[in-house]
Amino acid sequence: MRKFVELIEAIDSTTKTNQKVDAILRYLQIAGEEDKVFAIAILTGNKPRRPIKTTDLRVWASEMSDTPLWLLEECYYVVGDLAETITLTIPPSMPQKDFSLKGVFEDIIILRTDQPAVQKLKVLSYWSALSGSSLFVFNKFLTGNFRVGVSKKLVVKAIAKYLNYDEAVIEHRLMGKWNPFEETMGTLFAEEHLEGKHFLPYPFYLAYALEGNPRELGDLTDWILEAKLDGIRGQLIVREDEIFVWSRGEDLMNEKFVEFLPLKDILPNGTVLDGEIIPWKNDRPLDFQLMQTRIGRKNLSKKILEDIPLVMICYDVLEWQGNDIRDWPLAKRRQLLMEILATYPVNGVLLLSEEKIFNNWEEAELYRNQARQYFSEGLMIKNRNSPYEVGRKRGKWWKWKTDAMTIDGVLIYAQSGHGRRANLFTDYTFAVWDNGALVPFTKAYSGLTDKELITIDNWIKRNTIDKFGPVRSVKPELVFELAFEGINLSSRHKSGVALRFPRIVRWRRDKPALEANTKEDLLHLINAKHESTR
Amino acid sequence: MGRLLTVDENGLYCKQGDFYIDPWKPVKTALISHGHSDHMRWGMQHYICHHHTLPILKLRLGTENSSQGVAYGEVFEINGVKISFHPAGHIIGSAQIRLEFQDEVWLFTGDYKIAKDGVSTPYELVKCDHFITESTFGLPIYHFPPPELIYQDINSWWRQNADEGYNTVLLAYSLGKSQNILAHIDPSIGEVYLHGAVANTNNALAEIGYHFPGKYISPDIDRSALRSALIVAPPSASDTPWLRKLKPYRIAMCSGWMQLRGARRRKGVDRGFALSDHCDWDQLNQAIRQTGAKHVYVTHGYESIFSKWVTNHFGIPASILKTVYNDEEEESEL
Repeated sequence: MRKFVELIEAIDSTTKTNQKVDAILRYLQIAGEEDKVFAIAILTGNKPRRPIKTTDLRVWASEMSDTPLWLLEECYYVVGDLAETITLTIPPSMPQKDFSLKGVFEDIIILRTDQPAVQKLKVLSYWSALSGSSLFVFNKFLTGNFRVGVSKKLVVKAIAKYLNYDEAVIEHRLMGKWNPFEETMGTLFAEEHLEGKHFLPYPFYLAYALEGNPRELGDLTDWILEAKLDGIRGQLIVREDEIFVWSRGEDLMNEKFVEFLPLKDILPNGTVLDGEIIPWKNDRPLDFQLMQTRIGRKNLSKKILEDIPLVMICYDVLEWQGNDIRDWPLAKRRQLLMEILATYPVNGVLLLSEEKIFNNWEEAELYRNQARQYFSEGLMIKNRNSPYEVGRKRGKWWKWKTDAMTIDGVLIYAQSGHGRRANLFTDYTFAVWDNGALVPFTKAYSGLTDKELITIDNWIKRNTIDKFGPVRSVKPELVFELAFEGINLSSRHKSGVALRFPRIVRWRRDKPALEANTKEDLLHLINAKHESTR
Repeated sequence: MGRLLTVDENGLYCKQGDFYIDPWKPVKTALISHGHSDHMRWGMQHYICHHHTLPILKLRLGTENSSQGVAYGEVFEINGVKISFHPAGHIIGSAQIRLEFQDEVWLFTGDYKIAKDGVSTPYELVKCDHFITESTFGLPIYHFPPPELIYQDINSWWRQNADEGYNTVLLAYSLGKSQNILAHIDPSIGEVYLHGAVANTNNALAEIGYHFPGKYISPDIDRSALRSALIVAPPSASDTPWLRKLKPYRIAMCSGWMQLRGARRRKGVDRGFALSDHCDWDQLNQAIRQTGAKHVYVTHGYESIFSKWVTNHFGIPASILKTVYNDEEEESEL
């Protein structure tokens, strides 16, 4: 584990991606074969589920360090990361021996099924055998996500360099949730084992946002335009009499998206389709919020399946009759897709993403501006001749989203952030006016520069009215323009509205708090949206 | 009888002696604990500080105001209040200010640390009844490594960077930490250069016999020609055109905050050295235990958390003293 910890330290000590890739490459060159598999699993987010309740970890750390629990909590608010808080608080120990990454992994998996008393014993013995970065890394294994400032892409890059393969091949082989106990470097990356992975999706081809004028793309007829729908990007795979539905987050969604499972007997083996999975009823999309609700449910009741049925709006075919056809031009793939959807009785579960025909860019722009009326977020613009590429690439696929809705809110609460933003007030709650009072309506985290964050952090410290645990209420003075993708009535929120993907557009230094928006303005936005659906 | 020291709109006030300690608004008489800008402000009619703070006073505030230097341990009286300055171990000339009146002893520590930095006069334990302490690092997550180890790390990092042809930039408060670093670097590794703010401070300190290595990077020095050198600059120099001319370089921040990963990453530096001129958790607790104080007043830092801890853990009544001293350690440099 020592070498892995040194790798984490190296990654942590630089902000430059090249140096991070080099650090991973160096690790792959010197680490033991077995550990490498686990290191790759960990760095790409393929880590055992959290074995222990974090409340237990807090209690044990509090006992071991003679720190009252309330004080440990306060420390956690400042550090913003439980693993690091524990590392810094418990008494330092003399590091005795090195552990194998695999051994630690095994222990963590067994821990999940242990009785709490046994769990405690095991964790405390690790805590007294590890120190510094090793202790931190171990604690990161125990708590939530292991995010250390490398994306999967960088890991893929390093492995590709190490094995002298194409990045796309490596990316393809690392997709999905593989089990590091069942793999070796050989099985993971050897050519002959590739066929065994019939469940794996292709890497998704992602579009860049179009920022400039679409006229710069040239002749409209070179492009296929489609509605950009608001759902979950998915890949549907039928191979060897099985079906797999993968989300773009590389999660296998079979259990959640049950309506697609019968397709395994309908579509022929060797078929891979790409599309947007959305809630759909009575020939039109439902709100995305409903899909979130459905995904959140543990049990899919009959009622929920009836209320929120899903379909996949298909826009591409990547494999047909067992052949990878991603290098076909898009127009040809689309032609095939239409034939497939027309030939096989896909029961209204698979729908075609219609090509939008416009006479000129002006018409397209008009559609984009009114996209919400058509239940879409804008337009996808894809070159007719484009192959299906890997990852986010510029040039052939573009997304042209409609402008977000915006509203001006007043900052009323602040809380310190996590990770890089720990010990800095960066998590804000905003309010709008309602009959002379301010009602909170959303939180937002992102959108400001580091410099602005520091300035606002200073302001918050000087303008705190009250403290409730980690939260501070501040003078209602600062106004921010907030953008969001959707708005709905909600019984769960105090203000009665819920926003989708809220973020900060800018700090309105020019606006006094009194001129911020009102709750009525929010309700107007909801009404306007619903009127358009009637 | 009221308390000997209270806080009013100008600062920490002693009514009996009609003087202030580290006031933040102009007053008649100001006792100054040390030369950092949040404790020694402009506009006082009369300054009283340790001898070694005088050149800082002159450098930072000019000389038009009357000032008086005292030695550590020297006792003087203002209207019956016995006053003495004692080493605080924070920076050169830093003092804890002891007040005694009618058998009651108050101690204002300003900023202090028990760990020895090898430059400033080491902290002296002063017994008192009323103890006023900062709490900049008043949480049990702050345990600073011994300074010697950090200096070793700094030297070996510089050596590694120098071997690879990089300059090494250390961001450190120009008064205090810069000198601590300069006193402990290994000059055999390469040339040492100073940002103007550090050079000016060193010049002022040279008047009272402190000498540190390093050459001022004057505008006529071609900064882009430097290789494998060590450059000491204040944190405010980060992300400036001045700094960019020093490429290729690796940069480190020297501050107690660097113990936290988030703070390190937010700074966007290559390395963070947890070198601090403040007490860490253990030092704060040691000071409270040893002074024998019956009342503790907590100022700048995690004051509400730390006063709750002192009350609960030591059984000593502790309260918050609201001041405007900076709890950022590094951010405030002018």
